[in-house]
Amino acid sequence: MNYVNIIKNGIVKDNPTFVLMLGMCPTLATTTSAMNGMSMGLATMAVLICTNVVISCLKSITPDKVRIPVFIVVIAAFVTMLQLVIKAFLPDIDAALGLFIPLIVVNCIILGRAEAFAAKNSPVASLFDGIGIGLGFTLGLTLLGICRELLGSGSIFGFTLLPESYNILLFVLPPGAFITLGFLIAIVNKLRNA
Amino acid sequence: MKKLESSLTNMVLVLTGVAVVMGGILAFVNHLTEGPIAQQKEKTLADGIKAVMVCDDLVVTKTDTVKQNDAKGKELTYIIYQTQDKAGKDLGAAVESTTGGFGGDLKVLVGFDADGKILGYTLLEHAETPGLGAKADKWFQKGEKGDIIGKVPAEPLTVSKDGGQVDAITASTITSRAFLLAVNNAYNAYKVTPAADAETGASKQVSK
Amino acid sequence: MEYILIFISAIFVNNIVLSQFLGICPFLGVSKKIDTSLGMSAAVAFVLTLATIVTWLVQKYVLDAFGLQYLQTIAFILVIASLVQMVEIVLKKVSPALYQALGIFLPLITTNCAVLGVAILVIQKDFNLLQSVVYAFSTAIGFGLALTVFAGMREQLELVKIPKGMQGMAIVMLSAGLLSLAFMGFSGVDGGLRVLFGLD
Repeated sequence: MNYVNIIKNGIVKDNPTFVLMLGMCPTLATTTSAMNGMSMGLATMAVLICTNVVISCLKSITPDKVRIPVFIVVIAAFVTMLQLVIKAFLPDIDAALGLFIPLIVVNCIILGRAEAFAAKNSPVASLFDGIGIGLGFTLGLTLLGICRELLGSGSIFGFTLLPESYNILLFVLPPGAFITLGFLIAIVNKLRNA
Repeated sequence: MKKLESSLTNMVLVLTGVAVVMGGILAFVNHLTEGPIAQQKEKTLADGIKAVMVCDDLVVTKTDTVKQNDAKGKELTYIIYQTQDKAGKDLGAAVESTTGGFGGDLKVLVGFDADGKILGYTLLEHAETPGLGAKADKWFQKGEKGDIIGKVPAEPLTVSKDGGQVDAITASTITSRAFLLAVNNAYNAYKVTPAADAETGASKQVSK
Repeated sequence: MEYILIFISAIFVNNIVLSQFLGICPFLGVSKKIDTSLGMSAAVAFVLTLATIVTWLVQKYVLDAFGLQYLQTIAFILVIASLVQMVEIVLKKVSPALYQALGIFLPLITTNCAVLGVAILVIQKDFNLLQSVVYAFSTAIGFGLALTVFAGMREQLELVKIPKGMQGMAIVMLSAGLLSLAFMGFSGVDGGLRVLFGLD
């Protein structure tokens, strides 16, 4: 398998948001705007790349029975590092994402990829898998964020496109997250089957 | 490469090893980011004070914590930042005040000049509904529909629905009431801290 | 009164699944049948309350005491993971019947972000131990309520002819959206209760 294919798989065939349906909590919670969705996606991608590479390096010295605890320690450590770095240098993102940064630990995507890919493949392949899946996740969150922000606040990445009287408040509220994602999944289903 | 066997020694060794190495790296990263995190916190507060005092070049001369009981006897805490400009002229104070909004605590920072006139405000913390109550960050600013800048809350500010002069945020009367209450409380807390008295800079307790 | 307020607010007003978006994976994953969703709710209620007590104690007496707050995430997730394992082992020995009912859900709970989320939230909200327990338990009830009601909706959906593109997760998401919309009707109730109880 070449590396371009691994990345392509992560974005299209195994897209975590629209196909695998993993990591739904941050997907729904942080996509009130395109910017927030993208930040969350990139934060998750950073953790995923690091954990994939480290876990792949550790795979030969990790006894099978303590595999999961070792993965969890590695993941939690990288999430904490990310949390500290974001707090120190990007306080706006910290304020916007809040609780969902430490919760990257329990994002099924990270543990899922560690188990399904990194524990079986070389560090370099795992690096590319991290990039691919990370990009797929970021893409999904950004797309969802763009739709919700446009419909709910009339803007995309903060640039106002629609006057205030056309805003549908519902889409930035919690129900809007479920409804928008539902329609996006339906569209993706249609495109994949066409 | 062959996998290590799942013997007890191997398991314990690997798990401890990974935990120690990761813990060590974490401690190091924590050490590196400690300074910047503290700086960010200070900067956020300093920027807030500058914004509500409408002055870019000021010094906080002293910080007082005032505790007051509200009408129902519940104790509320206010933090008052006395400020001076570069030349040493008193600018007034920025007051931090918290009330219960629609979705949770609503924490505002309000700037008053020496006469108690509102210079500016900013929301420090809130959990209001986005698109409704959350509009409070702009709604009461200068030139907006609920403009409160330049008013003196000696007579408590109230929304027009309650017979007052301030227009409430559309469909968010509860947030508007909570916000104005926070501003009124801030004013009261500020007025019971005469500048001369607070010279000590110590915290003091005052009841209404 | 304060505890009643925490209770009602955590179940209806700030429902963990429908307005805070925690625990979405089990909410979507095990809501096909009412029976399984009841089992899952009970398992979550048990682990969530227990985990919150243990992590609260760890935070106050270990992390705060030694200035190790930066290890919070790592410590909490390890506590939760080992707690789930322990509950599983103890349950197997002590009450095989209960284990039969809840056993299959237990491993899934480690990665239920509601557990870690609540553990971190009670620290952020600066709750005392009793408040934390009440909050954790009420949150779990809220989770159970959302899950069971949703399972009821999905059982009905089985009987309906759904357009092809909307089948599967798409219609599930839309139904969840409607349920979340219904729960929005509760917003502001906590504020009203607070006034009623004279807390504000």
